Amino acid sequence: MTTGSHTSLAAKVLYEDKIDAAAHWSLRVRKGTSLKLIDVEGGANVGMLFYNPENMLERYNAPDTLKGQHTFKLTKGNCLYSDMGRIFCSIVDDSVGWHETVCGNTTKKIVEEKWGEKNYQEFRNEWNQNGHNSFLVELAKYGLGKKDMAANLNLFSAVGVDDEGNLQYLENNSKAGDSVTLRFEMDTLVLMHTCPHPLSTATEYPRKPVTYQILQSGEVEDGDFCRNYRDENARGFQNNEIYHLGGACCHD
Amino acid sequence: MIKESKLVVSQASFRETVLAGDYFMKVIKKGQTFRILDLEGNQAADTLFYNAADPSERYSAVDTIREQLNVYLTAGTKLISNENNVMLEIVADTCGRHDTLGGACATESNTIRYSLDKKCMHACRDSWMLAIAENEQYGMTKRDITHNINFFMNVPVTKEGGLTFEDGISSPGKYVELKAHMDTIVLLSNCPQLNNPCNAYNPTPVEVIIWD
Repeated sequence: MTTGSHTSLAAKVLYEDKIDAAAHWSLRVRKGTSLKLIDVEGGANVGMLFYNPENMLERYNAPDTLKGQHTFKLTKGNCLYSDMGRIFCSIVDDSVGWHETVCGNTTKKIVEEKWGEKNYQEFRNEWNQNGHNSFLVELAKYGLGKKDMAANLNLFSAVGVDDEGNLQYLENNSKAGDSVTLRFEMDTLVLMHTCPHPLSTATEYPRKPVTYQILQSGEVEDGDFCRNYRDENARGFQNNEIYHLGGACCHD
Repeated sequence: MIKESKLVVSQASFRETVLAGDYFMKVIKKGQTFRILDLEGNQAADTLFYNAADPSERYSAVDTIREQLNVYLTAGTKLISNENNVMLEIVADTCGRHDTLGGACATESNTIRYSLDKKCMHACRDSWMLAIAENEQYGMTKRDITHNINFFMNVPVTKEGGLTFEDGISSPGKYVELKAHMDTIVLLSNCPQLNNPCNAYNPTPVEVIIWD
C-alpha cells in the first residue's frame, strides 16, 4: 500500500520488461498501478487497445475519448475512455506531447507495399510483422476477434491536420528516452504491438523496441491533474467510483 | 466538395422518412445509390455499414481516414472496410463535409459530456441496440457496433490538435449520396441528441432514398 501523495515523484517500479521491435504482447494492468512506456531508440510506435476483463464488451473508444475532451491529440491530462463512460487510464506523464488514435494499423499489404515482404521462414523473428495481425493474435488469446478490434492508439506517433482536413505524419515525434505513463483507473486488459505506424515515411522497415515498467500509482487526489484537466474527466472519475463502489480498495 | 446529383427523386425505387430517435436498417444492393436527405437542416445521421454477405466486414473510420489521408468525408471519398475493401463511394454531396471522428452519442458518454443525470436521455447507440435486437437475421451483437459516420455533422480539427463541435453546415434540402460497391447493410440512427449543436438542439427527420 502506498502513502498517497508524492508517489508520482518516487513511484516504485514493480516490474520492468522489454517488448522487442515489430512484436506484440498483452497483459492485465491493475487499478492502482501505472504502465510506463519508454521509447528506447527514438521513433517507436506502440499500437494499443483496452478491454475490461470483467466484461470484454467494454472496450477503448477513440471517438468518445476525443470528443469528450474536445481534442484530436492525446497528451498529459487526457484520459482514455471506454465505450461505457469509464476511464481505463489517465496520461499522467508524457515527454512526447502528442499521441494519435485515428490512423489504425499497418496491414500485411501496407507493409509489403512500403517496405517489402520479409516472411518468417527466411527472416525468423526479424520478419516484417504488421499491426493488424498482431492485434488479431492478441485478441484471439482472449476469445476475441476482428469484430472486437476498435480504433487503436498509436502511442509515440502523431499526425497533424490542415484546414482542409489533410493528414500529415509528423516526423521525429518521439526521441530516444521519451516516455508516456498511463495510470490505470480500473483493471484493464492491455493489448499492444510495436509495429511501425501505418503512415511512417521511413525508407527501411523501422524496428523500434520499447521498455515498459509497471509502477505503483499514488492515490488519485481531489487536485489530481488529469481529473481536473476537463470537467468531463471529473465526471469520468465519478463513473469509475460508482463502478468500484463497495469493492476492495487500495490493498491489492 | 460540393457535387450535385443528376438522379431524379420521382424515379427512385424506395423512399422512407426516418424520424429523429428512430433507426433505419436495410440492405443496399451493389450498384444501387443511397441518398440521405436532411429535410429540415442541421440533423446528424449516425451511420454504420456492413458487408451483407459477412457483417464482420464493416465500415472502418480509421482505415477510411488513413487511406484518403483526410479526416473529413465528402464527394469522392471511398468508404473503406476493416478488410481494406471499398464498400461505398460518396458520389454526390451538397453539404460538403461529414464527420467520422466524433462517433455516436450513447447514454454512458452523455454522462461524461453533459452530466450524470442525463444518463437516461435517448441516444444513437440505444437505437442501434434496438435495431440489432429487432433484426436477428443479421446475427449482429454489440461487438458489431463500431465507429460510425456522422453525416451532416461538422467537427473541425485545429492545427494545434483541438477538436471543436461547430454549428452544422447543413441546411434544409441538403443531401449526401453513396453508391454501393458491395451488398451493404445500412444501419442509420437519426440522432436524438438534445444537448449539443449537432442537431441545432432540435432533432428533425431525414429521408432515405434509393435508386436501382
